[in-house]
Amino acid sequence: MSQPGTISRYTTAQRINHWITAGCFILLALSGMSLFHPSLFFLTDLFGGGPYTRAIHPWFGVVLLVSFAILFVRFFHHNLWNRDDTAWIGKIDKVISNHEEDVPDVGRYNAGQKLVFWSMTLLILVLFVTGIVIWDQYFFGFTSIEVKRVAIAIHSLAAVAIIAVFIAHVYAGIWIRGTMGGMLHGSVTPGWAFRHHRKWLRDLARGR
Amino acid sequence: MTDLQSLDITRRSATTGTPPDIRHQPAVAKLIDVSRCIGCKACQSACMEWNDLRPEMETFEGSYDNPSDLNPAAWTVMRFTEWENEAGNLEWLIRKDGCMHCSDPGCLKACPSPGAIVQYANGIVDFISENCIGCGYCVKGCPFNIPRISQEDHRAYKCTLCSDRVSVGLEPACVKTCPTGAILFGAKEDMTAWAQERIVDLKERGFANAGLYDPPEVGGTHVMYVLHHADRPSLYAGLPDKPRIDPLVWLWKGMFKPIALAGLGFAAIAGFVHWVVAGPNEVQPEDEVHGREILDHKDEK
Repeated sequence: MSQPGTISRYTTAQRINHWITAGCFILLALSGMSLFHPSLFFLTDLFGGGPYTRAIHPWFGVVLLVSFAILFVRFFHHNLWNRDDTAWIGKIDKVISNHEEDVPDVGRYNAGQKLVFWSMTLLILVLFVTGIVIWDQYFFGFTSIEVKRVAIAIHSLAAVAIIAVFIAHVYAGIWIRGTMGGMLHGSVTPGWAFRHHRKWLRDLARGR
Repeated sequence: MTDLQSLDITRRSATTGTPPDIRHQPAVAKLIDVSRCIGCKACQSACMEWNDLRPEMETFEGSYDNPSDLNPAAWTVMRFTEWENEAGNLEWLIRKDGCMHCSDPGCLKACPSPGAIVQYANGIVDFISENCIGCGYCVKGCPFNIPRISQEDHRAYKCTLCSDRVSVGLEPACVKTCPTGAILFGAKEDMTAWAQERIVDLKERGFANAGLYDPPEVGGTHVMYVLHHADRPSLYAGLPDKPRIDPLVWLWKGMFKPIALAGLGFAAIAGFVHWVVAGPNEVQPEDEVHGREILDHKDEK
C-alpha cells in the first residue's frame, strides 16, 4: 500500500519475509559470535546461558533457511546479472563518492545489491550444510570427526564473510536515504527511483 | 581468580586472561606398561566404581573390547589387538585407552566456554562439567578421539586422571587396582626414569623397538605408554603415530579469531568513515521533479 505520490516497492508479505530473515540473521550472528571468541561469550546471556545458546543457534538457522528460501524465490529473477551491471561495477568509485552523474542507469536492483543477494545465497547454503555436519545433537553419527573439523573451519570462515556482507548491506540502507523506508513501509518516492533505479522507474511508467 | 590460585590452574578454556603462575607443582604422569597388561579390565571396573558410573550393557560383537568404545560412562576401555608379527607369531596387544592429558590439549584449545576445560599445574586436564555447554568442540579438538558427549545431560566426559584423588595425595583408581603393576602413577620425571628401565628389560628380551610413548607433537602427555613396538604405535588399536592438534583446529581457533573480529570491526569503521567523508546520498528536489515527469509520461516527446 503506497502513499499518494509514492511508488510501491515491496509488498507487505515481502517485507515481513525480509524482516523475519533479518531477525534470524541477527540472532544467529549474536549466538554464533558468542561461541567464536571468548571475549564475546557474554552474549550467551542473551539466550539464557551457554547450553541454551548452543541448543538454539541451529534452530535459528533452520528458520532462516526457510525464510530466505522464500525470499530467494520471490527475488532471484530480479537479481540475474546483465551487461548493465558490469558497466555499473566499472563506475563503482563514482557510486561510492556520491557522484552518480556518469553512472549507467540501473533497473530494479544495481550490481552491488545483486552481489549482496548472491553472496548471501551462497554463504547461507554453505553455512547450512556445514552447520548440519556439526549439529552433533542430531547428526553426530553421520560424518567422521575429520569431516566435522573441515566443516567447522568453513562454517566460521563463511560466518565472518556473511557478517561482512551484512554490514555492507545495512550500511548501504543507511547511506542511500529513502531505501530503509522502502523496506520498512513498502514505498519509495519517484525521486528516489529516478536517482537510483531509473530503468525500473521507466518500466513502471510504461506499465511493465 | 582466587579459585584459579587455590586450585593451581595453569590453563583455562576460552579465557583471555592468564591465571597466576608464581607457584609450580611437579608434573605428574600415569605410566601404562602395555607389556605387563593382562587385559583383566580391573582398571575399567575401578574407574566406574570410583566415579560412580554404570555404562549401558552392550551386546557381544566378537571382540574382547567391552564396552566396544569409550562413552560418557566409560572413561577408559581396554582395546585388544591380535597382531601377527614378522616371525609369524601372534602377539596380543592390549592397550588401556583413555584421555592422554596432553601438555598442549587440543580440547582446551577448541573449547568456547570459559572454564569448562582446565589444566592444573600438575598437568592434569579436567572437564569442569558445570561450565560445559555440550557443543562438542572438544571432540573436534582432541587428537586422540577421547571426549564423549552424553545424550542425557549434553555435557562432555572423559578421564579426569582422578584429579579428586590426586589432589588429596592418592593415586588414580585404575592405578590402585591394577593387579600386575602395569599402571603406575607418580612424578612424570620418576615415571620416565622407570620406563627407561623397563625399556632396557624389553630390549634384552628381544623387543628391539621397545620405547616410551610421550608424543612431543602435543607437548608430551601426562599418560604415557611403554610399548614393545614404539616404532609403530598405530599397531595398538590405532594409537596415533604422530598425534597433533589438527591444523584446521588451529585455523579455526588460532589466529583466525582475532583477525576475523578485527576485520569485522574494520568493516563497521569503514562504513562510519564513509559516512563522514562522502556523507549520505540524499534524493534532491530535482530528482523528484524528474521522477514525477517520467511517471506522468511528460518526458516522452
